[in-house]
Amino acid sequence: MEMTEATLTMQSAKRGRVDPHRSMRAYDADADLMLLHFGPQHPSTHGVFRMDLHLDGEIIVKATPYVGYLHRAVEKLCERLTYVQQTPVVDKNDYVSPMTNEQALTMAFEKLLGVEVPRRARWMRTLFAELQRVASHLLWLGTFALDLGGALGGGSTLFLHCFRERELILDLFEEVTGARFHYNTHLIGGNRHDLPAGFAAKVHSALAIVESRIAEYEVLSLNNGIFQMRSRGVGVLDGELALELGVTGPNLRASGVDHDLRRDAPYGAYDELAVNVVTAQGGDCYARTQVRFGELRESIRLARAAIDGMPEGPICGHKPIRQPGQAKATSGQVYVGIETPRGELGTFVIGGGDTPTCPYRLKIRPPSLHALSALPYILPGATVSDAVAILGSLDPIMGEADR
Amino acid sequence: MSALGHGALYGAVLIAVMLSTVAVGIWFERKFAGRMQSRLGPTIVGPMGLLQPLADVVKLLQKEDIIPAGADRALFNLAPVLATIFSLGVAAVLPLSPHMIAADLDIGVVYMLAVGGLMVVPTFMAGWASNNKFALLGGMRAVAQSISYGVPLVLAVLVPVILSGSLSLAGIVRWQSEHHWFALWPVIPGLPAFALYFMAMLAEANRIPFDIPEAESELVAGVTTEYTGAKFTLFYLAEYVHTLVGSAIGAALFFGGWDGPFAPGLHWMVAKTLALFVVVYWVRWTLLRLRSDQLMELCWKWLTPIGVALVLIAAAWVQFAPQGAL
Repeated sequence: MEMTEATLTMQSAKRGRVDPHRSMRAYDADADLMLLHFGPQHPSTHGVFRMDLHLDGEIIVKATPYVGYLHRAVEKLCERLTYVQQTPVVDKNDYVSPMTNEQALTMAFEKLLGVEVPRRARWMRTLFAELQRVASHLLWLGTFALDLGGALGGGSTLFLHCFRERELILDLFEEVTGARFHYNTHLIGGNRHDLPAGFAAKVHSALAIVESRIAEYEVLSLNNGIFQMRSRGVGVLDGELALELGVTGPNLRASGVDHDLRRDAPYGAYDELAVNVVTAQGGDCYARTQVRFGELRESIRLARAAIDGMPEGPICGHKPIRQPGQAKATSGQVYVGIETPRGELGTFVIGGGDTPTCPYRLKIRPPSLHALSALPYILPGATVSDAVAILGSLDPIMGEADR
Repeated sequence: MSALGHGALYGAVLIAVMLSTVAVGIWFERKFAGRMQSRLGPTIVGPMGLLQPLADVVKLLQKEDIIPAGADRALFNLAPVLATIFSLGVAAVLPLSPHMIAADLDIGVVYMLAVGGLMVVPTFMAGWASNNKFALLGGMRAVAQSISYGVPLVLAVLVPVILSGSLSLAGIVRWQSEHHWFALWPVIPGLPAFALYFMAMLAEANRIPFDIPEAESELVAGVTTEYTGAKFTLFYLAEYVHTLVGSAIGAALFFGGWDGPFAPGLHWMVAKTLALFVVVYWVRWTLLRLRSDQLMELCWKWLTPIGVALVLIAAAWVQFAPQGAL
């Protein structure tokens, strides 16, 4: 159906929702609204994100988000590179969670090319994904505290403490892959690096430290009176709207929708490791924090289970796919979605075209972009201070939103 | 010595002392914050990084002085100067020891509140003159906040004034050294009045959790967004001096100022001031920031009624307490 402005207005009025498409001409001309360009050069826009806020005093009347300041043509680049060359490129998409980027891309290629992954490699990928989720949520908590408390105050204390623990996870990854960021450890059909000797003990000791400190962070955030005042009832996203907008991950689960691809469409080792999906009611910044704290604990549990139950065996197929000529697809199209720390990261690939060693078309579905699309609905009525909190609570990573 | 000569001499000494204390205070805060955040703080410049504030100032003074296009140049240039003058001006009535007061005014408390209350003027001037929307929002917030928090501040300060029957800061300290510190006795109006004073002082000095006019995660840098170089340095300095003077006045009004055993009065006054100064840092590096409407709610729904109640209790205490109970 053609979505004209009139039908959209009608539909939103029916649901009692903010209409983000309402023209500025529809607002009272005498209200003397102030247009504030919020970003892209702003300390709290999580990278280069821009919102145009129409303010009545400090109250936001209309919010218009703009993305694209970090567009790097990753999808086009992927269409020009061969299948085996692409993992380092997508590492930088969601630059807080490179492991899951690699995993999503590699899984799509494996499905397209019909390559089997050994059981040990699947378990290792699951271990990496859960460790990465811990690191990513820690970084989110720190930056959210920065949004609420400022870089020159209590927020930065929590921020640096979270970074200290995140470092433990990065050390583990460095031990396996030699890199702290550009892991490039996922191969089509398996993994490039095996776990080093004594790795299980190191994982356990790092996770024990992280777990013991989560309680401290709860005191500084969830149980703190000022944090509750700033987050309760702020930026309420109802579950129905979230589903319509395609919001996934912790943001969706905080709105009371019980959806997690790890349980609903198991991949990796999740068919053998049961995932307890964490949800919360309310859909506000507080609920989103609660969900992420729950997921921190759940991911620690899953990572422990993964390292304890790590099966023996090869980490890669009989003949590792490293040469461009080894990976060819003349036709076919696949979509693979996985649950990253931010939600459903989907990869859609069409094989074939002029060069069978490259994808004909590649499209990435970033969860951050869909989370940002909720902003024009939930920002109006909030203050500028709330806008910072709401934006931070959605955990957007502009690297993957803009690609 | 004439009164003018006395004032000029002590004033010059006081300004020098305040500025060097602020320099050491900045170093201390950075070390303190570093330890709280499991890092080292400054270590490179000078022994233990002690010369870091000097390096900061040299760096800031070297920066290009930018006046934004469309700014009100006169107000823009005047605001940081006025901020520094007002924040240092309050220090004139500080009773450092029985004999070290730059200006022992009979109405020192009124002077302190009046000059301290003027701090909002340069802040709003800066917000208005910068021709920047973030600065303007910061200025708006600053006006609302400072004027609102002036009320509980005055009410909190009235408690020691009523109990001691003096409007002179030195008089209040003298009364406390003869009787009790107000934070210790009478506990009911004394200690809560100190808590009220401390919160209002944090709000007046724009310190976390009330640093809403600056709010760098929301308003970039609030009123100081467009300021660079020397002018920014002056704002920075004024903010620190304001906090330091606020701590000193808190020590004088509620903790007996120079009163203490064994050591000279000056030492006690400095020790108490710095202890309060550290608490300000401690709060700053622990708590998150309130929203401006929540700040107003806190002020008008809680602090102001509590302040009125404390003043009434203090008045009733003076009126009805048995002889010698004070």
